Amino acid sequence: MAMNDELRELYQQVILDHSRKPRNFGELAPPCAHVHGDNPSCGDEVDLYVRFGEGGEINEIKFNGQGCAISQASASMMTQKVKGKGKPEAAAMIEDFRRVVMGDEEPVEVDRLGDLQLLEGVRKFPQRVKCAMLAWRALEQAMEEGE
Amino acid sequence: MDGHENWSFELGDEWPDGGTWGVGYVCKRERKVMDWASIRGEFPILQQRVKGGRLIYLDNAATSQKPRAVIEAMSRYYECDNANVHRGMHELSGRATAAYEGAREKVARYLGAGSAEEIVFTRGTTEAINLVAQVFGAAFLQAGDVILLTEMEHHSNLVPWQLVAARCGARMKHIPVRDDGTLDLEVAAALFAEGGVKVAAFTHISNTLGTVNPVVELCRMAREAGAVSLVDGAQSAGHLRVDVRALGCDFYAFSGHKMCGPTGIGALYGRQEWLERMPPWHGGGEMISVVRLDGSEFKPPPMRFEAGTPNIGGAVGLGAAIDFIESIGREAIWEHDQVLTQHLLGRLGEVPGIRVLGQAVGVERGPVAAFTTVAAHPHDLVTFADERGLALRGGHHCNQPLMRRFKVPSTARASVYFYNTLDEVDEMIDIVQEAVRFFGGLD
Repeated sequence: MAMNDELRELYQQVILDHSRKPRNFGELAPPCAHVHGDNPSCGDEVDLYVRFGEGGEINEIKFNGQGCAISQASASMMTQKVKGKGKPEAAAMIEDFRRVVMGDEEPVEVDRLGDLQLLEGVRKFPQRVKCAMLAWRALEQAMEEGE
Repeated sequence: MDGHENWSFELGDEWPDGGTWGVGYVCKRERKVMDWASIRGEFPILQQRVKGGRLIYLDNAATSQKPRAVIEAMSRYYECDNANVHRGMHELSGRATAAYEGAREKVARYLGAGSAEEIVFTRGTTEAINLVAQVFGAAFLQAGDVILLTEMEHHSNLVPWQLVAARCGARMKHIPVRDDGTLDLEVAAALFAEGGVKVAAFTHISNTLGTVNPVVELCRMAREAGAVSLVDGAQSAGHLRVDVRALGCDFYAFSGHKMCGPTGIGALYGRQEWLERMPPWHGGGEMISVVRLDGSEFKPPPMRFEAGTPNIGGAVGLGAAIDFIESIGREAIWEHDQVLTQHLLGRLGEVPGIRVLGQAVGVERGPVAAFTTVAAHPHDLVTFADERGLALRGGHHCNQPLMRRFKVPSTARASVYFYNTLDEVDEMIDIVQEAVRFFGGLD
């Protein structure tokens, strides 16, 4: 049976690779911002640890968690992408990513997201958007609390 | 499982059409081969393709599909008889009332209740349990009393009691689940012996483990401890013969939609002596006899607990669902459940890295299998399956404490009903195998 296109688009090799071998996986010792995010209806969990620099930039970021390939890959790719970024840029990336996975309009190319755009396939699976957004919502909260 | 000792079924010949729909089972008593293929044909929704394949609906523990007879009975009611019940003095109101009360009679007979007065229509199991928890709780529970539940309860048989306990100061205790998915009855006996138990509420069949609980024994323990018993029948009412008097329960709650009926209708059986002692729940029309500006008098049960215009069309649909199930026979349905479930469990065992919760293959169980695989997370597996037209459920199945008990964040779940086939189970296994290869990086 041929794998159908939407599934291949959702589960691209890069995404599966991140879910099997998540990057920046683990914890940071305090002091750091720590946010627990979960999707109670499905049991996905992400614990996000962020250490901000003096200027508010993301110096170190790690995550721990369990859940589906989408939630874990999204978290893994996010930590790689936002590391070293200042808060305004990270906040913009959160908005970009939100538009990529849940935008109603046609998908826009957002260069600064890089590989994260591969998660665009989630658009066709509305029940999975919350999986893709889990780590990003945690990051948003960490940035608010990290002020 | 009462009542089918006179029956037995044997694996018969395959169907003349080449066996594509499954296998026939010979009922020894009636010498009748169950024609599951034509029974399946009564479900219009099953004759469709979904996404990449023929629909394989294996989410029956969440809700069942509806046969033509139920859909048509409801249409007919709305096209010909619709009116409000119990008050109009016109022809249609008479017909609607007869249809509604006729459905109540059917439910009473279906459950083996003493009379139709013991049947309260509700939106479903959840509302029925809330009714008992809130009304019984407010009237009879005091601080320090014990509400005894089990670790395998659906949230709908946990949360209503938590709300009541918080209000009246009652304590909750839980009968633990053993590794094999059965209740620890020794601990149950000890918990009853500790005293103070006023209510014991437990599920008949677990919606995740499939375990058929020894409800007769649990109800007896409750009775001997002076506690009332409530059986959550959501997963049993449509599958095996239920006789509430043989079970010995004080309350039994079920939903129509899990047994071929529509959503939004279910019922509570309550032993008459308890229903009569219980004060009203919701106030409004239908449930009163005399209303003054400063107070009211209430009707006797079951009307006392049915405020407002009820779900008449739903009750008609539920009555039709009962007729449909009775035309097949619950003994035959349960036997077929077992054949499909044992096949499902056996075939799941072939999948690498699989873990199925609950009792071993070969033990009689409700027709559900909740499982995890090492390679594919339940959500990914369910999304993958969905693209093939296979409807599974992924998540915690409203069983978060049970998931914690078995140390799994979530599971995939396949649940069958009598219209499913052995072929569908085989196709499901192929898809699960394919998903495991895909997510495991072997494809």
